[in-house]
Amino acid sequence: MSEPAQTERDSFARVEAGMKRRRAAERRFRFFGKCAVGLGLGFLVILFVSIVGNGYSAFWQTRITLDVAIDEAIVDPAGTRDPAVLRAADYGALIKQSLREMFPDVSGRRNRFALYGLVSNGANFDLRDRVLADPSLIGGKLSLSVAADDDVDMLMKGHIDRDAPEADRRIKDNQLAWIDALEADDRLHSAFNLDFFGNGDSRDPELAGIRGALMGSIYTLFVTLGLSFPLAVAAAVYLEEFAPKNRWTDLIEVNINNLAAVPSIVFGLLGLAVFINFFTLPRSAPIVGGLVLTLMTLPTIIIASRAALKSVPPSIREGALGVGASPMQAVMYHVLPLALPGMLTGTIIGMAQALGETAPLLMIGMVAFIADVPTGVFDPSTALPVQIYLWADSPERAYVEKTSAAIIVLLLFLAAMNALAVLLRRRFERRW
Amino acid sequence: MNKAKFAIAVLSAAAIGSAYAQSARDYISIVGSSTVYPFATVVAEQFGKSTQFKTPKIESTGSGGGIKLFCAGVGVEHPDITNASRAIKVSELEQCAANGVKDVIEVKIGYDGISVGHAKSAPDVDLTRKQLYMALAKQVPDPKGGDALVDNPYNTWKDIDASLPAIKIEVLGPPPTSGTRDAFVELVMEEGCSEFPFIKAMKKSDKGAFKAACHTVREDGGYVEAGENDNLIVQKLEANPDAFGIFGFSFLDQNRDKIKGSKIEGVTPEFETIADGSYPVSRPLFFYVKKAHVGVIPGIKEYLAEFTSAKAMGEEGYLSERGLIPLPKDEYAKVVGNAKTLTAMK
Repeated sequence: MSEPAQTERDSFARVEAGMKRRRAAERRFRFFGKCAVGLGLGFLVILFVSIVGNGYSAFWQTRITLDVAIDEAIVDPAGTRDPAVLRAADYGALIKQSLREMFPDVSGRRNRFALYGLVSNGANFDLRDRVLADPSLIGGKLSLSVAADDDVDMLMKGHIDRDAPEADRRIKDNQLAWIDALEADDRLHSAFNLDFFGNGDSRDPELAGIRGALMGSIYTLFVTLGLSFPLAVAAAVYLEEFAPKNRWTDLIEVNINNLAAVPSIVFGLLGLAVFINFFTLPRSAPIVGGLVLTLMTLPTIIIASRAALKSVPPSIREGALGVGASPMQAVMYHVLPLALPGMLTGTIIGMAQALGETAPLLMIGMVAFIADVPTGVFDPSTALPVQIYLWADSPERAYVEKTSAAIIVLLLFLAAMNALAVLLRRRFERRW
Repeated sequence: MNKAKFAIAVLSAAAIGSAYAQSARDYISIVGSSTVYPFATVVAEQFGKSTQFKTPKIESTGSGGGIKLFCAGVGVEHPDITNASRAIKVSELEQCAANGVKDVIEVKIGYDGISVGHAKSAPDVDLTRKQLYMALAKQVPDPKGGDALVDNPYNTWKDIDASLPAIKIEVLGPPPTSGTRDAFVELVMEEGCSEFPFIKAMKKSDKGAFKAACHTVREDGGYVEAGENDNLIVQKLEANPDAFGIFGFSFLDQNRDKIKGSKIEGVTPEFETIADGSYPVSRPLFFYVKKAHVGVIPGIKEYLAEFTSAKAMGEEGYLSERGLIPLPKDEYAKVVGNAKTLTAMK
């Protein structure tokens, strides 16, 4: 009679005794989990803080306001107002003249060069564009805001130490005095850096912009998306819904999985051999970049799409077939729409991977100095990660902040792509 | 119906592709050395802005890689110009000729110094090439005497020479793929090891052993490969005042507030000392033009004129602001003449 109660009590006691240990184990496990998440977030915060901290100042730019007298004798001596003449005129001389007028007591070739060095080399092109747009300015006086030289910009942003000995400073004592005079005269101000978003690459840091690389990335991804999404979805649908299960399809499946793990540089070599050397497509063009990245992202999208198709319940197919739909109709109207959100997720993952890729682009010549903003998929262009790499490798100090700013732009681009994916998924998602 | 549409689409796509391939390229394509890249890009940008031509496209492929691409053939799919931080080799010119690239115009643009430097906060040192060789080679002559090579026994600079500080040997430098490394090995290591008579004798008797003795850099932590990125080396030097770094002169010039160049054989790396040849570690820079492309690709002649103009390559030109050491006057005059007449190499 007491026998079973005894064992019951025994087992209760044993469970009771083990309870503490089990709870502790669970607490430990949760604690480690929290630690892992915390560590990950911590690194993310460090990354963001260092990048944003280094890069935010690149979105502002020091500009100098000059009063430029547009001398007809220099710009258009014959008075023809012919655009070709206006284009070829020496606008640098006008900028220099206005600087000399501001500081009339600067003498000597060396000192004058130091003075001219305060404004960017791009100032004369700004002036040229203004005059070309409105020839009536000739003969008058124009108040022009031009970008300051990158060294002046670095000084104003505090990256050059004023108190360092003169020999160690890229801004000399006389230049410091002129900068102070300009500041006192309210001619020096900080403005939003439109050049950064409007220009292509440049070897003058104050003129270098992200637009060329951004457009290059957009064109490249456009080609990649346009080719890889339909191809991958078609391949996935065929393999998952129609293909017979035999040794051949097994072989194909293994190969697709292997391809997903192939280092990207290999696709670059393939692209070089096939698209450039055999099909003689142009080097450095987004079309070739897009084709190479298509090869790279195809397996990723195919695998994700097949998983999405697998997760559609068989009852949907059977229902469609049961009411008389053909297999193709069942797939096109019933299975595919339900699998689409998953496919889109896979596509976005693949595209994000493609956006950050530089190794294959190296082989096909997209790692290059390209100043003109590309206007089509056949124009030479770079991509965002390539631009980051090129700037990180440039000797001028001002490229440090540009590099971080380019990373910020890349991350925003990535975030925008992911947001789009989430949005699309929300729209199409079905739950059961 | 659908099949026909598909076929038409494929055919037209192929037609567009081949039509593009046949049409001429309207921008100059340049490849080559990463050392010349920062100078060539400045010229290209200036050229693109001040003329009606498109801005040339410049790829940084390294000198050897550039010459290989350049010599692959004549035609729009091949580059027009290659930059090099060394003179083209005879074997490379033969390769060029074999592929139909017969006339090549050589343009020497100036000199580049290689500096050994360290953080501003560290004390000044005066090094010789022999000391650098002894600090960095994998195998050095036995310090106990005799004509034998032993694994590098030196741990601190003081072990090498009593005049040097007693700090651990730690030098950050470029990896073997870099032109800067090639030049450093050739101009410093080889010169330094040739100061030992028995190694110098090896050059004649056994070239392979000579190269192995002079060109092999130690792998026990004394030499740290810091990647192609010279900026990174500058940052690391600032953080570690005991370490030395090897980088191009333009990086020293841009970061004078953070790092300083060590004297080599008593001469500091300065603009003037490199230009007059008294600083021992400098090398000439070149670019090569495919003559067959002049007149086919628009703007090559004008690009040559811009690069060799006094406002670019001259003594006070914009390239000297970027750290290029200009050519002496008579040499410069010769280069300008060659570029004007498009005289090819013999």
